[in-house]
Amino acid sequence: MPSNKSVSDAPIVQFTNCRILRDHQLQREDLWVREGKILNPEKLFFDEKGSADVQLDCKDSIIAPGFIDVQINGGFGVDFSLATDDFKSGIDLVSRKILSHGVTSFCPTLVTSPPSVYHQVLPQISVRNGGAHGAGILGAHLEGPFISKEKKGAHPEHCLRTFEAGAFQDLLATYGSLDCVQIVTLAPEMRRSSEVIQELTKRGICVSLGHSVANLSQAEEAVQHGATFITHLFNAMLPFHHRDPGIVGLLTSDKIPAGRRVFYGMISDGIHTNPAALRIAHRAHPKGLVLVTDAIAGMGLAPGRHTLGQQVVEIDGLNTYIAGTKTLSGSVATMDTCVRHFQEATGCSVETALEAASLHPAQLLGIEHQKGTLNYDSDADFLMLNDSLCVQATYIAGEEVWRQDASGM
Amino acid sequence: MKLIILENYSQASEWAAKYIRNRIVQFGPGPGRFFTLGLPTGLPRDHPESYHSFMWNNFFKHIDISPENVHILDGNAPDLLAECDAFEEKIKAAGGIELFVGGIGPDGHIAFNEPGSSLVSRTRVKTLAMDTIVANARFFDGDLSKVPTMALTVGVGTVMDAREVMILITGAHKAFALYKAIEDGVNHMWTVSAFQQHPNTVFVCDEDATLELKVKTVKYFKGLMLVHNKLVEPLYSMKEMRAERSQSKKPYSD
Repeated sequence: MPSNKSVSDAPIVQFTNCRILRDHQLQREDLWVREGKILNPEKLFFDEKGSADVQLDCKDSIIAPGFIDVQINGGFGVDFSLATDDFKSGIDLVSRKILSHGVTSFCPTLVTSPPSVYHQVLPQISVRNGGAHGAGILGAHLEGPFISKEKKGAHPEHCLRTFEAGAFQDLLATYGSLDCVQIVTLAPEMRRSSEVIQELTKRGICVSLGHSVANLSQAEEAVQHGATFITHLFNAMLPFHHRDPGIVGLLTSDKIPAGRRVFYGMISDGIHTNPAALRIAHRAHPKGLVLVTDAIAGMGLAPGRHTLGQQVVEIDGLNTYIAGTKTLSGSVATMDTCVRHFQEATGCSVETALEAASLHPAQLLGIEHQKGTLNYDSDADFLMLNDSLCVQATYIAGEEVWRQDASGM
Repeated sequence: MKLIILENYSQASEWAAKYIRNRIVQFGPGPGRFFTLGLPTGLPRDHPESYHSFMWNNFFKHIDISPENVHILDGNAPDLLAECDAFEEKIKAAGGIELFVGGIGPDGHIAFNEPGSSLVSRTRVKTLAMDTIVANARFFDGDLSKVPTMALTVGVGTVMDAREVMILITGAHKAFALYKAIEDGVNHMWTVSAFQQHPNTVFVCDEDATLELKVKTVKYFKGLMLVHNKLVEPLYSMKEMRAERSQSKKPYSD
């Protein structure tokens, strides 16, 4: 068909026979893509008098925005908290492998580590777009070391720190550089945390509360100073108490500044949280739920022993414990299994389950105009899924970067 | 005229759709083009209530029409008079309208040819009647001030030039307009009545729309349904037509 498009001559692809997630609903609409972005077909038709160059039949698949994992510690034998010589190839390996789980953007996460690790590893992490080489990197998630001793979970005690002495300067000295950091998890009950939270927020870094024994008012104060996320809700924090709900109380707190929303990560692998607790959280604050994997190096590998930063972890089925203990340490769940489990456990709609892994993390990071939706002009990072929410194909910037082949690999 | 009376809205819509389909297939579309109604002025192209959005969402995006073959009056054109004249020229250049499909307003208007419009009018800018503005307020959150007051529209004369005219009328609120259109005289206060002087008109309506007609009229046309239904059965298909045509092109040898 002759192209008389006035804006660009780049090829236009029209994905037909599909149901797309748009405006919080699955709609029977075609998806149009040009130059790596979602295209508005009505504008194309009337303003440019253009039409599609290629039409692809999606065989009635569901098309959803690509998943965004904001807490992933490694996978396939790679540990982001280990300063190895081939760190770069490690992160490349993970970013390529998670495409098959439907993840198109992620935040490589570092657990509590000695400063030397941060100084060596952080400069090797760069924010970059995804593509055939792998999922896009949005920035690092630094979980610790400014966390509570009582709630350290799997984090090594000897590396925990406070910022009593120099507040933000202490933090900067520990990490070395904040250039590619997207999220920092800290415990707000620590002295001078408010200053630190304000400084981080000023630099556009998302502050998350976790591994903490804070009570509700301490948590609310942290939110007022700029914190917007809760790291793996319920885990590594005080349990909900009806006279002091602790951090969990943020889900229904009335002290959240107007116009802001508190998001909370949930590892819905069926192990970290009882399905009933998952349902309570979801029903209390459905719009804040962000699915995360908290996956560790052993994800994608056979059961056995693997590392998580300075610790040794034992994997048995879906359970991952610090070797010799019953302390949970990360998970080996994949993002797509988390989405499916979340949908089953809560009985929520397909749209809600998909948005918890795409729209909500994008909103948390303030990038929803670009990622996390299929709105016109946003990045064409999307997935084709079947009705059981199994990923059939992954696309980044409109290009197919992974497809389920017949052997089911 | 042919007056086709179906039981309800869905049946009336289906009959009309089948009729149009058969007409298109029989016409053997090629360079032929079809024109549609006018557009309220002053609305941005992608406003959900714009005619462009309506046509895109309800028609164009479901079919494989080339954008170059779509001609909609542009209410945002810098020179509205020139836009209207150009539209008339495009109709001529395309060989005239084969089938004009339209509805009827409660005040008996066709397109935006409000009561008092000349029955020989051409495509032009038209001020909308208060009734029409009120009727359209539901598309603008009930806010009368947001409803456009002017529209570009094809004229009554423009539609009369079409080789065939189909008018769809459903609902009791249109019943009086239908009565005025087909049982009363030709009158510029009820512009649809102009089609009494068109050689080829089809009115498709549901039972409710016939509530103001004489029982005699309704019985007469219902009695003709056996014949009229032959227009929609059998349903033709493009593939069959092409096959027939290519066969009939074989030269005879005598």
